[in-house]
Amino acid sequence: MGEVQGQGYIGQALGWADVLAVAYGHALKLRPADPEWEGRDRFLLSHGHYAIAHYAALIEAGVIPESELDSYGSDDSRLPMSGMATYTPGMEMSGGSLGQGLVIGVGMALALRLKGNPAFVYNSMSDGELDEGSTWEAAMGAAHHGLGNLICLVDINNQQADGPSGKVMGFEPLHDKWAAFGWHVQRVDGNDLPAVLAAFDTARALTEAKPRVILCDTLMGKGVPFLEQREKNHFIRVDPPEWQQALAILDQNQPQGALA
Amino acid sequence: MSSTTAEKKPRLTTSAMIASIASEGQKVQAAPFGKALVEYAASHPEVVGLTADLAKYTDLHLFAQAYPERFFQMGMAEQLLMGAAGGMAKEGLVPFATTYAVFGTRRAYDFIHQVIAEENLNVKICCALPGLTTGYGPSHQATEDLAMMRGIPGLTIVDPCDALDIAQAVPQIAAHKGPVYMRLLRGQVPMVLDEIEGYRFELGKAKLLRDGGDVLVISSGILTMRALEVAQDLAADNVGVAVLHCPTIKPLDEAAILEAVRYKHRLVVVAENHSVIGGLGEAVASTLLRHRVQPAGFLLAGLPDAFLDAGALPTLHDRYGISRSVLGARIKAWLA
Repeated sequence: MGEVQGQGYIGQALGWADVLAVAYGHALKLRPADPEWEGRDRFLLSHGHYAIAHYAALIEAGVIPESELDSYGSDDSRLPMSGMATYTPGMEMSGGSLGQGLVIGVGMALALRLKGNPAFVYNSMSDGELDEGSTWEAAMGAAHHGLGNLICLVDINNQQADGPSGKVMGFEPLHDKWAAFGWHVQRVDGNDLPAVLAAFDTARALTEAKPRVILCDTLMGKGVPFLEQREKNHFIRVDPPEWQQALAILDQNQPQGALA
Repeated sequence: MSSTTAEKKPRLTTSAMIASIASEGQKVQAAPFGKALVEYAASHPEVVGLTADLAKYTDLHLFAQAYPERFFQMGMAEQLLMGAAGGMAKEGLVPFATTYAVFGTRRAYDFIHQVIAEENLNVKICCALPGLTTGYGPSHQATEDLAMMRGIPGLTIVDPCDALDIAQAVPQIAAHKGPVYMRLLRGQVPMVLDEIEGYRFELGKAKLLRDGGDVLVISSGILTMRALEVAQDLAADNVGVAVLHCPTIKPLDEAAILEAVRYKHRLVVVAENHSVIGGLGEAVASTLLRHRVQPAGFLLAGLPDAFLDAGALPTLHDRYGISRSVLGARIKAWLA
């Protein structure tokens, strides 16, 4: 997909791929042929620019066909650069106006509870969205309403448009902040598949009537050493020969059976 | 100094925010929105109510009392209010979200735009204190809410005149598929349109409430009530005033407006409880120009493009030209 455009949010996508793999390969209840199945777990991509990673997950899950990959970001494609519910099967919200996923998640979780539907609502968001006031409105609201069916996933790659997140707007201590807002908090290495998997299982198995957050420290460009080491740009440009090199490295280092 | 004070008009004071907009002795109905919603929701379990710490002041407390399990307090957090309402609509519910118009529109605009309208979600946003209906100053006066909301594609906008409009609008906006923004009158709400024989609120329709050969007033919201009063006053001076009530601001009933304007009155007045920027007045002007209809005279009787004063409502309505007496005087001055 990135090759079609020659650029994109490649660093974020690689950094978040492990979490998406656990979500779509292990945790989410889905019926790929019926993306609007009432019993599905809802997965909100609040950071719409991560769509490039989400599309890959939706393809792996069988929700959208691999043949559409080449249309990414092109005119009339169902796979726009920033994820939109109105374009793509399996995309639950139009993200990208950052700080909106969690407030929507609160509403969906309240509605599911009212309907007696046991599905979970997952909200996937970036650390930059911690700057948005609406994130904390939602954090308060979710705890106030005791939303045990809401799981928030925060990608802490420490990179925003204007530089390292900590320098743009310091957000630590994150564990304490979420805990003080009334959430069950876990913090894991978001690129350690077994750790992420265990965190998902813990979040889902809790019986406490409180919302759960998994804070995931990730490495931008994870899995492709020359991208991991590249100066951390929000929007990475990748030269044509590098795509093949990156794919070769990823294929070679594919984890074996981690999600089996 | 003190000897002359007894002859002066008493200085009016800013009344509490929850004060009724009804004039003394006017027929009123209490909480028409809350009552209509409770009635509709009885047979529509998909209806839920949300508010941002203003249930009591939007008459949603009646819904909360009737259906506590379907009422959701979102705290003083308007972005959460609109976002959560959107999330509920995604799950097939029909959320009614209430707050004051200033907070609902100005603070939560992106959430209405992106979460609710872009996905055409079935959220009904009902906002109290529209336009100049409080003397608390610009912090509470939603004088540009229609301008902001009109810019959002696919959003239906309703500006009801009185208790009857509101009671009849509630089931219609609930049944409408898609997002709606309704300006809300709450508390002791004037009852005016029951005097108009055969009148019924119909979503998307403008209604000619009375005919008259000299002036046509096109109006919405509480300015329709004013227009009817002015028409009565001017009839005594043998000036015929027609009143076309446009409670649906978007989509605008252009056919009814063009039809009414073609009667060739000497003057067309657009009267609205909103800034002259971006409200019904400019919508009507644009409609007429696009259809090459040129009235002999055209008067925008809305609120000025300014941050309005704090004070007593009767004083402010006089000051900004939307009281019965000043609106009537403005029209007569134009005709003279």
